[in-house]
Amino acid sequence: MLGLSKKDTTFLLVVIFLTLATPILLQPFPESSALAQFNAGYPDLMQRFAIFGIFAIGFNILFGLTGYLSFGHAAFLGVGSYSVVWMYKLLNYNVVPGLVLAIIMSGLFALFIGYISLRRSGIYFSILTLAFAQMSFNLAYSVLTPLTNGETGLQVYNNDPQVLMSEGSPTSPHFFGIVMNEATKVDVGGWQFTFSNGYYFCAIIAIIVFYLSLRIFRSPFGIMLRAIKTNQTRMNYTGLNPRPYTLAAFVISGMYAGLAGGLLAAMDPLAGAERMQWTASGEVVLMTILGGAGTLMGPVLGAGFIKYFENIFSKINDNILHSWFSALPDGLEDFVVFVFHPFIGKGWNLTLGLLFMLVVIFLPGGLIEGGTRIWNAITGKNRKKKREDAAHHPKPTSHVN
Amino acid sequence: MGILEVSNVNKRFGGLQALGNVNLDIAKGTVHAIIGPNGAGKSTLLNCLIGKLIPDTGTVMFNGISVLGRKPYEINQLGISRVFQTPEIFGNLTVFENMLIPCFAKRDGSFRMHALESIAAERDIIEKAEHMLAEVNMSDKRHMTASSLSRGDKRRLEMAMCLVQEPKLLLLDEPTAGMARADTNNTIDLLNQIHDSREITMVIIEHDMHVVFSLAKRITVLAQGTPLVEDTPDNIKGHPKVKEAYLGEAAA
Ligand SMILES: Nc1ncnc2c1ncn2[C@@H]1O[C@H](COP(=O)(O)OP(=O)(O)O)[C@@H](O)[C@H]1O
Ligand SMILES: [Mg+2]
Repeated sequence: MLGLSKKDTTFLLVVIFLTLATPILLQPFPESSALAQFNAGYPDLMQRFAIFGIFAIGFNILFGLTGYLSFGHAAFLGVGSYSVVWMYKLLNYNVVPGLVLAIIMSGLFALFIGYISLRRSGIYFSILTLAFAQMSFNLAYSVLTPLTNGETGLQVYNNDPQVLMSEGSPTSPHFFGIVMNEATKVDVGGWQFTFSNGYYFCAIIAIIVFYLSLRIFRSPFGIMLRAIKTNQTRMNYTGLNPRPYTLAAFVISGMYAGLAGGLLAAMDPLAGAERMQWTASGEVVLMTILGGAGTLMGPVLGAGFIKYFENIFSKINDNILHSWFSALPDGLEDFVVFVFHPFIGKGWNLTLGLLFMLVVIFLPGGLIEGGTRIWNAITGKNRKKKREDAAHHPKPTSHVN
Repeated sequence: MGILEVSNVNKRFGGLQALGNVNLDIAKGTVHAIIGPNGAGKSTLLNCLIGKLIPDTGTVMFNGISVLGRKPYEINQLGISRVFQTPEIFGNLTVFENMLIPCFAKRDGSFRMHALESIAAERDIIEKAEHMLAEVNMSDKRHMTASSLSRGDKRRLEMAMCLVQEPKLLLLDEPTAGMARADTNNTIDLLNQIHDSREITMVIIEHDMHVVFSLAKRITVLAQGTPLVEDTPDNIKGHPKVKEAYLGEAAA
């Protein structure tokens, strides 16, 4: 079906099911329980799962397949956001023109940046992309203020033209009248599920772009990209020019990033330069490696993992810690809270750094490898062989036939 | 007029004259061996033929077209393939995927974007790759990761990847180095069979005289970057200069 093998079709159907059922699946604890704070089924967070999932899927097409590590993909995220907000300002709050522009603009940006950066490989390539992204950030932050509104960030003002705006049109982002920030809440027993328009809009786009990435992975183009990662010498002496392949992968992943940035502005009609900061570029690298670079689902898992724990850890404060450890004697309680303090709230990045180190050292194949190992331990498959397989060949389903 | 004409090629590495005034004329359809002691410049000469190195002076013409200054992938697209001294294969891909890549390169040229087509639908390519794998007796290893192959199998795979492109000229740099005797003999048989069935011109660099005399129709002896003699295998066998060059190496 859809040009996929039977196995891939099943895989895609599972992904579609999980994505559509996310508002239910991520709400495992009843509202009244103490664990409700660990629920993740609210629109803002789920939208971020989907959007950063798209960002990471695209990044993986470049980094996971070709091995070219870009440190500047946040630039495309920013370009996408600015494009969408500009379309709000000029036309109206319908997100479609903005998203189309976001993909086109980020594609053009990626073509330019990629054309220059791909003249080098390895660390030099990474540094070039980083330099371009920092230049874009500075341009957005100060030089191009008429376009980006500088440090205030770009937003819609009352005196903006909005030429397609009519009497009854929505005054916040919408998809042909379906308003993004509206949601249906359903109460079942003690549980509350929120089905938000914004989430489903992002989710459906995420499914479409995931399907496209699946097709790319299974295509002759995908195999060429993996060949580039492995041996460029053989590639050259086989009559293939690696440059256009890597450039195409760079542009595709830039367009994914632009789409993700556009969706951020489709959920919340703002665009700021900080979206282009190097930290944002680094984050997508972490997501991809944490989940499992070069695997289909890994980057999505990595994105979900990071965004979920960012949310949880940033919410925890000392008071919450004290309530958790209140059973301990006072002195010990204070000590434990003191130990945990640097890792919570604003210290979330410290936790992320530690988690990342643990994964890279003990699970070089990322969360996917962890899952595979657990699965093999349960099913009792030949462990040693599998581990070797996973190290060389992290993707479980790469065979052609 | 040969298929490959090398005239007056010189190549220096700093103070070292790696190639000095090399002239070669390789006849179409022949198997031409280049032999010589270690460091004689054999690999350097091959590198000049495929665009990996650019000679300081001289010309290299393939079918009347100069290859100098062309990119390696352009030279391959002209019809020259090369087997390296240490096998260059796609280690992270399966044996079968390794075979697919030269098939695509042969059909589609140096770049073609087919990002949404399925490999499974490429019947012709798959058939061609499978056929070639069968020819080198590696069908049973098709799902193995290439980096986990034995040295002999890696070489065989690399050779199959070159042959499936049906090159006009195949360059082999010590194709049997590191192989056990049985594997070496298999390789000789394979190359003889390929040559008989496809009329590919081959240039072979080889240390193993058994291999050279089983395959070559003509032999050039290279010493210190300069061709000493060029003749048929029978004449080379008893040639005093050749004995000297090799005895010199054995004594060193
Ligand atoms: N890239 C290089 N830089 C410097 N010297 C080189 C280089 N490649 C080869 N040489 C030298 O050139 C000479 C010929 O080398 P090579 O062609 O590899 O010999 P062969 O293949 O006949 O053993 C050797 O002395 C080698 O050290
Ligand atoms: Mg050599």
